[in-house]
Amino acid sequence: MISPHLTRPLISLRSDDRPSVGGKAAGLGELAAAGLPVPAGFAITTGAFRHALQALDPDGVIPRQVGELPADDDGTIADVSAQLRSRIVGTPLPARLRDEIADAYRALLHQPGPGGPGGPGRPGRPAGDVPVAVRSSATAEDSGSASIAGLQDTYLWVTGAGAVAEHVRRCWASLYSVESVTYRRHRGVPEDGLAMGVVVQVMVDPRCAGVLFTRSPVTGDTSVIVVEASWGLGSAVVSGVVTPDTYVVSRVTGEIVKRDVATKLCHHQRNPSAPGVCLRDVPQALRDVPCLEDGEILALADLGRRVSDHYGSPQDVEWAIHGGSGPQIVLLQSRPETVWSSRAASPVAAPTARAFDHVLHRLSAPGRTAAP
Amino acid sequence: MEPGGQPRSFQLPSAIEDVPGAENWRSMYPYFTRFQPGDDNRFWFYNSMHFPEPMPAFDAITAEIPYTAIGANTTRVFVLPTTLGIEHRIVNGRVYITAIPVTDPEEIGRRAAIFNERAGYYYQNWDRLYEGWKARIAGLISEIEAVTVPPLDEFEDPRVVTESTGVAQNHYVRENFHRCLDLFSKMWHHHTEFLMLGYGAYVVFFEFCKNAFPDISEQTVARMVAGIDVIMYRPDDELKRLARLAVESGLADEFPEGCDPDTVLARLAERGEAGREWLAAFDAARHPWFHVSTGDGFYHHHLSWNENLAVPFAALTRYVRQVAAGETLERPTSKLVAERDRIAAEYRALLATEEDRGAFDQMLGVCRLVFPYVEDHKFYCEHWFTTRFFQKIRAFGELLTSRGVLEEAEDVFHLQHYEIDQALADVMLAWASGGEPLGAAYLRPIIAERKRALEALRSWSPPPALGPVPEALNDPAVQMLWGITQDTIESWYSQASSDNEKEVRGYAASSGIVEGTARVLRDVNEIGQIRDGEILVCPVTAPSWGPVFGKIKAAVSDIGGTMSHAAIVAREYGMPAVVGTGQATRRIRTGHRVRVDGDRGVVTILD
Repeated sequence: MISPHLTRPLISLRSDDRPSVGGKAAGLGELAAAGLPVPAGFAITTGAFRHALQALDPDGVIPRQVGELPADDDGTIADVSAQLRSRIVGTPLPARLRDEIADAYRALLHQPGPGGPGGPGRPGRPAGDVPVAVRSSATAEDSGSASIAGLQDTYLWVTGAGAVAEHVRRCWASLYSVESVTYRRHRGVPEDGLAMGVVVQVMVDPRCAGVLFTRSPVTGDTSVIVVEASWGLGSAVVSGVVTPDTYVVSRVTGEIVKRDVATKLCHHQRNPSAPGVCLRDVPQALRDVPCLEDGEILALADLGRRVSDHYGSPQDVEWAIHGGSGPQIVLLQSRPETVWSSRAASPVAAPTARAFDHVLHRLSAPGRTAAP
Repeated sequence: MEPGGQPRSFQLPSAIEDVPGAENWRSMYPYFTRFQPGDDNRFWFYNSMHFPEPMPAFDAITAEIPYTAIGANTTRVFVLPTTLGIEHRIVNGRVYITAIPVTDPEEIGRRAAIFNERAGYYYQNWDRLYEGWKARIAGLISEIEAVTVPPLDEFEDPRVVTESTGVAQNHYVRENFHRCLDLFSKMWHHHTEFLMLGYGAYVVFFEFCKNAFPDISEQTVARMVAGIDVIMYRPDDELKRLARLAVESGLADEFPEGCDPDTVLARLAERGEAGREWLAAFDAARHPWFHVSTGDGFYHHHLSWNENLAVPFAALTRYVRQVAAGETLERPTSKLVAERDRIAAEYRALLATEEDRGAFDQMLGVCRLVFPYVEDHKFYCEHWFTTRFFQKIRAFGELLTSRGVLEEAEDVFHLQHYEIDQALADVMLAWASGGEPLGAAYLRPIIAERKRALEALRSWSPPPALGPVPEALNDPAVQMLWGITQDTIESWYSQASSDNEKEVRGYAASSGIVEGTARVLRDVNEIGQIRDGEILVCPVTAPSWGPVFGKIKAAVSDIGGTMSHAAIVAREYGMPAVVGTGQATRRIRTGHRVRVDGDRGVVTILD
C-alpha cells in the first residue's frame, strides 16, 4: 500500500475532508472548488501531524502526560505546555514530510492566482521567496480550542521552505498552548487522536480587507449582505482594533442600502523589519476615505451571495482585495453564521381571513398619543 | 422631555413674526385659516409636499376644499378609528396642518366597528367601485369643460325672449362661477374617496417588509408595488409615438432644436398628406394626454401642456433627433414587469416562515388591487380636472378684465374666491344698470399690494414644524399621505437645534451618490436650460418632466415621497434622487457643486 500524501492542494479538498485536513483547509478547498477566488495553497494533513508526533514520541508519552494534568492546576499546565511547545518547535520534521512540504511550496509558484505566474508576484523572484501564510486548521473535535487560540496561530509573510516547515511546527505546538490544554482538560477531550491540519497559502498583500456577512449581524436581515472593510490586513477588523466601514447591500436588487464610512485610525501591515504583522496609524488623508468603491462593494456582495447559495445557509466570510490596477478579491475563510441562525424564526405576520383585514387592523391600531 | 426637564418644542405659532414687507398677508386668506392662541399647544407641520410656495389668495382654495373633502371622508364617511380630519392654518403664506387624533380606546372601538364595515365594503367591491369612480370623474371633467363664461353682450340673445327662458345671462356669471367651485369640491370628494384605503394598503405592506427585512429600503418596497403600465407615463409615451411618426413620415426636418410650436404646426399643415396625418395624430394625443399639469395641480400657475406647448415640444424635438439617430425610446415595460416580479418573488422566498409568505401574498395582493387608483387618480384629478378648473377661473378673470375691473386676467388669482364673488356681482350689477363696475379703484391697489407681499413671503424659510414635539407619532394618515413618522420629526428637531447650512435633507428616493453641478429649475418651462450631466434641483416633478431624466445624473426636489414621480422615474433611470427636501430650490443655486446622497437622503453643497 502506498502511504497517503502528507500534503494536498487546496483545490482538491472538499468539506468532508475536514477530518483529514481540518476545517479551515476543507472550507477553503470547498470554496475554491465552487469556483470562488481563494489564494492558491496546500494543506498539511492531520496524518502528517500524527506522522511527526510518532517520530517525536514513539511511545505515546505526551498524550498520557497531558491527559493526566489536573484541569485546575494552572502552574503545572503552564510548565508542561512550555516544555512541550519548545520540544515540538525545536524538533525538525521527518525527512519525508519536509520534502513533501518543500515540493508543494515550490509548486505554488506555478499555480495561477496571487504569487503565481498570473498574480502580482515579482517576475524573476527566486522560488524560495514566495511569501505565504501558514494557518492552523483545526479538526472538528477541538475546533473550540482552535477558536480560543485564534489569531496567534496564523503566521504571515513566511518565506522559504525551511521557514514554512518551522511555522508548521509552531502551528502544531499551539495545540499544547496553556489555553488549548486547559480547554481540553476542562471538557475532558481525549488526547489520543488529537490532530491538527495546517494551511499554507500564497500571501496576499491587501489594500483593504474585512468580513462580509451574508445575513446582517445587527438586524438578522437575510435579504442583505453586510460588508465590513478597513485598510490593510483583515486581522485589524477581525480583532476589533479598528472600526471598519460598513456597507449594506440588498442581495435581491444589488442596491447599496447603507454606507457608514468610519474613521479608520490604524491598520495591520506587513512588518518591514521582521516576519509578521505590525499595527500602524492610517495616514491622515486615508482615515475618512471609503476603502471600497461601489463596484468592489457589489463584487463582494455577489461573492457573498455565491458563498451562501453554495452552502445553503448564511455565512461569515473573510476577504481581502489586493493589487493596485485591476484589483482582485480573494476569500480567506467562510464560517456558518451562528448567532441569528440559532434563534427560532417567529413569523412577522400571519394570514388573515380576508386579505384586506391586514389594513383594517392597522388603521384601527391606536395612533399617536396626544401631544404633551 | 429634554434632560433639563423642559418639554421639547419647535417654534410656537404665536412666536412667528410677519415677514417684513408682507405685513398684510392675512388679508389674502379667510379668517378660519389663522392660528389661534390655543394652537400653541398642538403640533403642526408645514405641508411643503403640496404647498411649497406662498399661496396666492385664490390658490388657498386648493387647501380649503381638499381638507373639507378628506376630513369628511375620514371623520364622517369611513369613520377612521384613530384619526379625524385635518385642520389647516396659513401663516406668512404657508400652509401648516395637523391631524386630530382619536386616543380614547373606547372611542376608537366605537369608530372601528363602523369603519370595518364600511372600509370592508369598499375593499370587497373595489374593482366595481373603481370603474364607477372613473365614470363619475369623467363626468365631472366633462362638466367643468362645458362651463361657459357669459359674454355679457350689449343686448341679450333673442332666444331669451322667443324661448321665454326668463333669465338674463348676467345671472349665469355667478351661477357658472359657483359651478366651477362646486365641481372642484366634488372632484376633491372623489379624489379622497379611495385615498386612505389605497395608501393604507401601502403602509401595511411597507411596515411588514420593514419588520421582516429591517434593512430593506423604502425604494425597494415601492418597486414591488409599483405599477408599470400606468397613466402617469402616457403623456411622455405619446410624445415618443409622435416623434416616431414624424421620422417615419419624413417630417423630422420640421423639428429643429428650439423650434417654435406654432411655426412648426403651421408648416406641417403645408406638408401634404403626411403633414395632415401627423397633425391629426397630434390633435388626438392632445386630448386628453396634454391636459397634464406642469406642476402638481395646487397652484394656478401650474399650466397644462396644452396651454404651454413649448414644454412638450422641448421633449418632442429631442425625441425626434433620437429616433432619427436610431435610438429606441420605448420603456422596456415587459422587462420592468419581470424585474418587479423577480424582486417580489425573491423577497417572498427569503421570508422565514410559511405564515409570513401567506401574509406577504395577501398584503401585496391588496396593494396590487389598489394601485390602479393610487397611481392613476392624479392624472384625472390634479392634472386633467384641475388644469381645466384653473382655465375656467382664468376665463372669469378675462371677463373681469374686459369689464375694466382687473388690469389683466391673471390678477383674478390674487383675490379670494369670496372676493371674486363680489367682483362678479359688481360686473353683473353694472351690466344690468348700464353703468360702470366700481371694482377697479377698490381692487387694483389690493392686488398690487398682494403681489408685492407674495414676493416678500418667498424669502421666508418656513420651519418644518411648529409647537410641542409629540411624544409618539404613529398616525397612519399622516404617515400615508405625507410620509411623516416619529423619525422625521426627530430629524427636524435635531436640524432645528443644529442648523447645518451646507446640508439639505429629504427622502432617500433612489440610491447612489454622485457629485455634479446643480441646475435649479423653478418650473418645467425652463427644462431647455438643463445641460447633460447636471443635477436637477426643482420644486416637484410631474410626467411633463419625464424627458429631462435622460440628461441629468441626479434629481433633487422640494416635494415628494418615495412614491413620487421624481422618485419612481429616478429609480427607473438608476440615478440617485433626494425628494421632499422642502427647501432645495431655495438653498441651492444653479452652478453650485453638490453631492447627492440617494442612500441617506442628503444633498451637500460643496462650494
